[in-house]
Amino acid sequence: MTTEINPVALSVFIFFFVLVTVMGFVAARWRRPETLAHIDEWGLGGRSFGTWITWFLVGGDFYTAYTVIAVPALVYVVGAYGFFALPYTIIVYPFVFLVMPVLWRRARDRGYVTAGDVVHGQYGSRGLELAVAATGVIATMPYIALQLVGMTAALKALGLTGEIPLSIAFIILAVYTYSAGLRAPALIAFVKDIMIYIVVIAAVALIPSKLGGYANVFASAEAAFAAKGSGNILLGGNQYVAYASLALGSALAAFMYPHTLTGIFASSGARTIRKNAVLLPAYTLLLGLLALLGYMGHAAGLKLDSPNDVVPALFQTLFPSWFAGFAFAAIAIGALVPAAVMSIGAANLFTRNFWKAYVNPAVTDAGEAQVAKVTSLVVKVGALLVILFLPTQFALDLQLLGGIWILQTLPALVFGLYTRWFQAPALLVGWFVGFFGGTYLVWDAGWKPLHLVSLGGTSFTVYTGLLALAANIAIACLVNVALRTGRPATA
Amino acid sequence: MSRPSKTGSRAALWLLVLPYIGLLWVPFYNMREPALFGFPFFYWYQLGFVPLTSILIYIAYRSVRDDD
Repeated sequence: MTTEINPVALSVFIFFFVLVTVMGFVAARWRRPETLAHIDEWGLGGRSFGTWITWFLVGGDFYTAYTVIAVPALVYVVGAYGFFALPYTIIVYPFVFLVMPVLWRRARDRGYVTAGDVVHGQYGSRGLELAVAATGVIATMPYIALQLVGMTAALKALGLTGEIPLSIAFIILAVYTYSAGLRAPALIAFVKDIMIYIVVIAAVALIPSKLGGYANVFASAEAAFAAKGSGNILLGGNQYVAYASLALGSALAAFMYPHTLTGIFASSGARTIRKNAVLLPAYTLLLGLLALLGYMGHAAGLKLDSPNDVVPALFQTLFPSWFAGFAFAAIAIGALVPAAVMSIGAANLFTRNFWKAYVNPAVTDAGEAQVAKVTSLVVKVGALLVILFLPTQFALDLQLLGGIWILQTLPALVFGLYTRWFQAPALLVGWFVGFFGGTYLVWDAGWKPLHLVSLGGTSFTVYTGLLALAANIAIACLVNVALRTGRPATA
Repeated sequence: MSRPSKTGSRAALWLLVLPYIGLLWVPFYNMREPALFGFPFFYWYQLGFVPLTSILIYIAYRSVRDDD
């Protein structure tokens, strides 16, 4: 891959970057509320986003820039196994359809802004609220950092290396998110998603014809894996359980994150969310096709320094420079939307479940919005510093753990929507076991999210997050039974 | 809008189990043949579940009472 500056590609990139920057600042006036100095307005866009805005916003922040770079990179390296992202982003939607409208109604009726609010409202436990909120913040931080990894890959392909272009882009983002709140990524998401759709459709329609058709793409990938001695275009027998459990665990975790929940809470109704469960799979189709770019990288015979370069290198090699510039702009802008929503989600958690809970319970609506705005700045600068000064692997390992951590908040957040049987201490003990047990297992496996389980003579590898969730729920049930039998009078 | 009966609505929600069964039981689709447009079965089967799941959720959506 070349890292020379191409003036045409760079001009196209700058045009689109300036366009979304202007939109980011204009967003403060879009669907203008009476005041932005209220966390419902700054942090949730007034809970007024209809079907299409929600579709672009949730699609834009669930399918991130990092996804666009990392999924094809994983498929390029390991083959079929990297495809677990496809079943994952399919089976997430029946779950969204059934659970999220219930959660939305609970939040709207009682004015909740975060998962921590929901849990505190349900159980009246500051401890459980803090566990859920802190888990949300620390699971999101490395995710923001990884958006910067995606952005770096796109900037590098444009010849913009070093720390300055990345820092400038991110600081601009921080400033307009500060002023416009969730309205900024919601508006930018329109541009970003349309650009990504154009890029992927062009890629999957045109690249195979240059590489001898899809049959040849799969055959070249298979030959490359055989030559390398690892990876395959089908799963090995020992990968079945890992593949399925990664898909299921990731699907259950996906809408526990602050950024996806923010998109849900910001929508205008339960019906809006159900409609989106029908419509959002369009992005999954896009992701599945995008993953195939990993195989196209083999068919094109690319020589890469890093697997993360597979998508940028394909565009550089096979497309005219103006379209390559357009594609890189799409990826870089694609990093801005999720990074903004993630920082807003984390800021909402800090404000509602830490600042208001412990520092200043009497904080006004305007004060809340101000704390959240400043926190969103701090969170973004923190992520930028992590990427600039710590090894990228650190962010990758943490993001991996983040998925396991956030999954442990599911019982506290979701069970209470359907039953009043559970008590806070039981759920807190369950969370503790899942969180720290899961972390230990990942550390023990050398920072791998898979755990070898032996059962009746056969052994298989399972996604650690799902194992930790099973332990979490089992312990919560046991402790709950003990609490109830110990104190029958209060039951 | 005519409202389907309660049992009809319940039945429609059960359709949402199908993607989980179809995608989490890997032996159903971890194979090469039959290929379609050059795609091995493994790939087009899973890609085919995207529109299928969308349709199943739409059927469930139609069966749920509008209660906003």
